[in-house]
This record gives sequence, structure tokens and C-alpha cells, in this order.
Amino acid sequence: MEILKRIAAELERGHDQQVGQMTREALAAGFAPKQVLDEGLIAGMNVVGEKFRVHEIFLPDVLLAARAMYAGMDVVKPLLLKEEVPVAGKAVIGTVQGDLHDIGKNLVGIMLKGAGFEVIDLGNDVAPERFVAAAEEHGAPVIGMSALLTTTMPVMKKVVDLLRQKGLSERVKTIVGGAPLSADFAREIGADAYGYDGVSAVDRIKALIATRGVA
Amino acid sequence: MREVVHIPAGEVRCAPADVLALQGVPRGARLDGRIAAMLSEGISLYESLAAPAGVLEEVDGGEFAEIYAGAGKNEPRTPLALIHPRAERLCLFAVTVGGAVSRRISELFQEQEFALGAMLDAAASQGAELAAAYLEACYGRRDAESGAPAGKRAFLRYSPGYCGWHVSGQKRLFARLRPEEIGITLRESCLMEPLKSISGVIAGGPAGIHDFENEFPFCAECKGKECRARIRRALANER
Repeated sequence: MEILKRIAAELERGHDQQVGQMTREALAAGFAPKQVLDEGLIAGMNVVGEKFRVHEIFLPDVLLAARAMYAGMDVVKPLLLKEEVPVAGKAVIGTVQGDLHDIGKNLVGIMLKGAGFEVIDLGNDVAPERFVAAAEEHGAPVIGMSALLTTTMPVMKKVVDLLRQKGLSERVKTIVGGAPLSADFAREIGADAYGYDGVSAVDRIKALIATRGVA
Repeated sequence: MREVVHIPAGEVRCAPADVLALQGVPRGARLDGRIAAMLSEGISLYESLAAPAGVLEEVDGGEFAEIYAGAGKNEPRTPLALIHPRAERLCLFAVTVGGAVSRRISELFQEQEFALGAMLDAAASQGAELAAAYLEACYGRRDAESGAPAGKRAFLRYSPGYCGWHVSGQKRLFARLRPEEIGITLRESCLMEPLKSISGVIAGGPAGIHDFENEFPFCAECKGKECRARIRRALANER
């Protein structure tokens, strides 16, 4: 167990090489890939997320930790796939049509992967139909949408409406985020959740999946 | 008047504190040594890749009114709808820091170099703002050189996609300005390539024309509210 704690600690410090090396050592010592993922990598990333939430650390620290997380994931992921270990959940994410600002969306993707999710990242300038089609194609229960421009925020409502029209709104939940957005705006357009930042987005997505019993 | 403007590299050099602030790092925060090194690396990378360029084209009030109307999708009430009819001079503009920066940002994220990618992204965003500010100042200087009346005059820029000016307004703006000459193109969705580009109009005249209350419906959704500082600066600038 000690090595899993050390993986988490090194991940918190953003030491990618150490995390990669120790992940290999943990697996060689007989720990199951899922246990290394949950109790080493995800445990470390959870601490990072909490420190970010309380402003103890900032975005660059989180991104260094994310790189360390990926260094461990690169080792563990092939084994998880081989053992067909289910992912924590699936999410389709993208920056809405008319908007190219994708740093926030990228951060959500990084944090989601860090939490063990499979992420279908549609990139930026994504049309409403593409969000919905991707959720259907991949069986994703969550669509995450990002916008920076106030003029592109209405596109989010189009996605919510399109899901309703197709009778998918119970099966596919929506979360929105971006600098000009608010929880009020999310409620107004009928989105299921609002993510203030990358960390809270992951928490909200986990809650959506838990309450709906979908993954 | 139409002019392709050479923007000196020194004019788009980023301050480290601004690059960090764009990433939510408070000014004065203590930095981990690796992050400080990455900040320097990100700024150096930006400076080596940036190819700033701009274009200006002066238009008259009637021409701008047609451009501003765009595809008819603007908010019913906007600051610019109040400002442009009172402006004495209007100039379309576009600036970019070039495509190489954006390509490198994408590559860094693909290579899982997230922190460095975010540093470069923030530096390039700041650089594009500085390039637009340089054009703003250039146009203001020309006004002064052309014997404009003394007093408080201000030249401020407004862009499609912000403050109620719908992003579809880019189509008419591009048709008139033709910024393709400096490498900026428009996607079907009216977004610019390269990403780190800014376009819009510089409105000039007595500083007071830019003074508006931020009580438009979309102001409630805007967290930046940079207009407040811009207006304060404009009203304080006296020549």
C-alpha cells in the first residue's frame, strides 16, 4: 500500500517520471491495475483537485500534476483495457459552435481522464447535432459544453433542446461551463449542471452519473 | 485609407505576471521553481514563434453601419450601436500573432505538455491583445497628427462576438477588410484562423462617446468587465 501512497504524493508534486516509474513498480509488485489507478493515480489527482478548489494551488500546478497522471495512465491503461476494467464513465465534451476558445474545455478533459473517464473530445466550434450524434454513437451519458463568448452561449440551449426533441434528455445529461456562464444560466437553458471550473465540472459529472445510475 | 501594419516584436512582448494572471494565478503568488522555468520557456517559445501583423482600413459612418448590421443577429441594444454614430472616425482592423503559435499549442497538448501549452496559449492571447492595442494607438496617433481638436479623445476597439455584436458580423467585416492578406481567414462559422487573432472596429472621437453603463442584458453574463477599465483609461487620457 505504501507505494500507492507514494504514487499519489509524487503525482501531487507533478513528478511525471517518478509516477511512471513507481506505477511500473507497483504493478510488478502485484498490485492490480485498477487498484493502482484508484488508490495511486486518482487518489493523488483528487488531492490536487481539492487544493485547486480552495486556491492552495493554481492551474499550472494542476497541469503539471495532470502530466504526471498521464505518465501513470500510459502504463496502466493498456492493462485496464486488456482486463476490460470498466471506465468510471464516458463524457462527450466540446466548445460550442462559433467559439474556438478551448483551454477550459481541455482542462475539463484532462481532469476527467484523470478521474478515470473515457473522454470523447469533439474539439472546438462544435455544432449541436455533432454533440448529440457523438453521445448516441459512443453511448455517453453526459455532454459537456464550453463557451467563452456570450454570443455563442445560445448554442448550448440548442443542444439541450435537441436532446429533448430526440427523447434523449433522460439518458444524456448536460453540463455547461465557461467564463461568462453561471448556474442561473445553466438552469435557464435547462442544462442539468454547471461547472465553475475543471475540478467542479468533474465533481458535477460524477454526481450526474451517480444520481442517474448511468455510466 | 488601407494599410498593412508592421508590428514590431517589442510591442507584443508579454509580461510574465500577465501570462500567469490569464491562467488564474494571482499577482504576487509564490511560484514553484519548475513553473517559473516553464513560464520563461512559454514566453520564449511565444517570442520565437510569433509573427505579428495587422491591417487597418478606415470606413465612413454609413459603411460601418452596414457592416455592423451584419446578418441582423446583433442584440437589440448594444454599446457599439450607441457609440459608432457618435464616432468621428471609424477604422476596421485585424491583427494576428500568426499560425505557428496556435499549431505549437495544439502539439504541446497532444504531447501531454499541458502546463507549457497553457503558458504558450496565455502568452499568445496576451500578445494578440497587445497587437490590437498597438493598432489602436497607431490609429490614435494619426488622428493627433492630422490636427484633430484638442481635448479628451479616445480610440477604442470593439469586436464581433462581444458586447452584443454577433459573431456573424465577421462576414461583412472580412469582405471589406480582406485580412487574408496578413494570413487571417474566416471559417464558415465566422471564427478566425489563426485562433490568436482579433478583428473589429476602432471607434475614435471625443472620449465621452465610449462612456456607457454596463446595464445591457449580456453584461450580467460577462465576468471580465474589461470595458470598465478601458472607459476609465479613455476618460482619463487628455491630450
